[in-house]
Amino acid sequence: MIGKETAAGRTTKFVFLGLWLLFTVFPLYWIAVTSIKAPGDVFAWPIAYWPETFSLENYRGLFDKADFGIYLANSLVISTLAAAAATVISMLSGYVLARFEFRTKSALLMAALVTQMIPAFIALGPLYLLMTDLNLVDNRFGLVLVYIAVCIPFCTVMLRGFFANIPEALEEAAMIDGLSRFGALFRVLLPVMRPGIVAAFIFNFVNCWNELFLSVTLMNSDANKTIPTALNGFISSFNIDWGSMSAAAVLTILPTMVLFAFASRHIVQGLTAGAVKG
Amino acid sequence: MPTPATTERAAGRRSPTGAAPPPGGTRRKREFTTGRGLVIAAYLAPAAIFVAIFTYYPVIAGSQMAFRNWKLTDLTDTAWVGLQNFRDVFADPAWGRVLVNTVVWVVGSIVPQLVIGFALALWLRRKFRFRGLYQALIFFPWAVSGFLIGILFRWLFNSEFGAVNDLLQKAGLIDTPIPWLASPDTALTAVVIANIWYGVTFFAIMILAALQSIPDELYEAAALDGAGKARTLFQITIPFIRTTLVLTVLLRVIWTFNFPDLIFGMTGGGPNNQTHIVTTWMIQTTQQGDYGRASALGLLIVAGLLLFAIFFLLATRERREVKGVIGS
Repeated sequence: MIGKETAAGRTTKFVFLGLWLLFTVFPLYWIAVTSIKAPGDVFAWPIAYWPETFSLENYRGLFDKADFGIYLANSLVISTLAAAAATVISMLSGYVLARFEFRTKSALLMAALVTQMIPAFIALGPLYLLMTDLNLVDNRFGLVLVYIAVCIPFCTVMLRGFFANIPEALEEAAMIDGLSRFGALFRVLLPVMRPGIVAAFIFNFVNCWNELFLSVTLMNSDANKTIPTALNGFISSFNIDWGSMSAAAVLTILPTMVLFAFASRHIVQGLTAGAVKG
Repeated sequence: MPTPATTERAAGRRSPTGAAPPPGGTRRKREFTTGRGLVIAAYLAPAAIFVAIFTYYPVIAGSQMAFRNWKLTDLTDTAWVGLQNFRDVFADPAWGRVLVNTVVWVVGSIVPQLVIGFALALWLRRKFRFRGLYQALIFFPWAVSGFLIGILFRWLFNSEFGAVNDLLQKAGLIDTPIPWLASPDTALTAVVIANIWYGVTFFAIMILAALQSIPDELYEAAALDGAGKARTLFQITIPFIRTTLVLTVLLRVIWTFNFPDLIFGMTGGGPNNQTHIVTTWMIQTTQQGDYGRASALGLLIVAGLLLFAIFFLLATRERREVKGVIGS
């Protein structure tokens, strides 16, 4: 075991854990409470930590005044497609980087690390021109392609660590039994790696769901906007309508939070198996 | 070529299947054959193509703007100007403030994140009732986008209707509301607090998982030798999870540096451009239409981070661990 725990140590621990939980949950609670206040009560004094009257007016406004439903659908479709494609592609690259030794390997891993250092803004202008040439500006499919590329480097490194944890004998046996390497990868390794793949997918999904600057640059028309772009629009004007903003924030955070709640165990396993090994 | 990174940390770690990890160092090296080369190339191709077209091509194309006069106001003249854009950056009166802010932002965020994350991990190691639920709850900040975190805390720190001032007043800690985001120093403190809120989770998770790979026997042996808590921590726990610590700090520093989203959403660099870090300043420069100077800033960021990564990895090197990090 990890050593005995004294009563005083236990108390300190739970006090600290309790305080941290409070600090973590409070901002989320506060925005949620703001969102269910009647629009007139948002700026009421004194501040109410529990709304006197519940109201879904802020939410209704989002769907009546703004096309929030369309943004939600766009974000959902784009993030799901990009995350799934990036996960599959990264499985292939991660697998090769885990199983084979070859001369350009360090260079490739370095190239993956460097992508994390590049500020998005240096690429925005040329990317816009490139997408114009490809006729993919203001196009949801175009944004999916860009997001796939954004997700691949970290996802590859993450899955590589995961593959490295699985004994090679597993796919060797499958290959002796007559499966191709590709078949072995998808029929034998995939089921074993489920936690890692789930983690990689969720990580990608959340990254795409939350991405702001590329989406703002590439999507102009209202029909193609994603949620972060819409949120950005809310604060572009000088006065923020905190009622609508809080409702929009809740709707944005909720899906990823639900995803995390269901899969937090997988994420922990996947992140650690992968990223730690780098 | 050294053995893959797997083997060096294999001891004591169980693979997710529960199967034994591959025996250390015994993986045989295969001869290079054309067939093998084709497999490698075919599997890497999709990833390489995507990243080359949508990441590296625009970045390289964008880099050359750094050496040109590239202003949206006048695109008829995009002459090569050598290092003029870089000189302009260094000569800008805001540059000093931006650099200091960047250091405060990165160090002020990462150090508390590491310390709190480490403490949480140590305390979460032992099972207690509702530990799973607790972990899921403190995981949530990681699901929120940087931009939205900026918005959340902008509302919390609102001087009139924000909960922070209200709670501080109720607790008797302050008499009059503090205009947090209206003055530079408090605004910088506020964005750092928001970032700490966000980043502790990642440290806690990474460290917690690494802690679970430490074999119990080590602690039993230490206890038998009469080692105290502090000695156990510094001589067993920390050395054992060194690789994780080094990699997590490196990754988080890079990400935090390149994380304009939160500040962009919370202060927009204000008041009076006093809370800009290098990346938000770059955004503002882009929005002002000076792509040349923005690209110069971008190149400075990449160069700075590369130097940092190399320096950091060398400084924390111990025996052959660095190779595992770079991956070789």
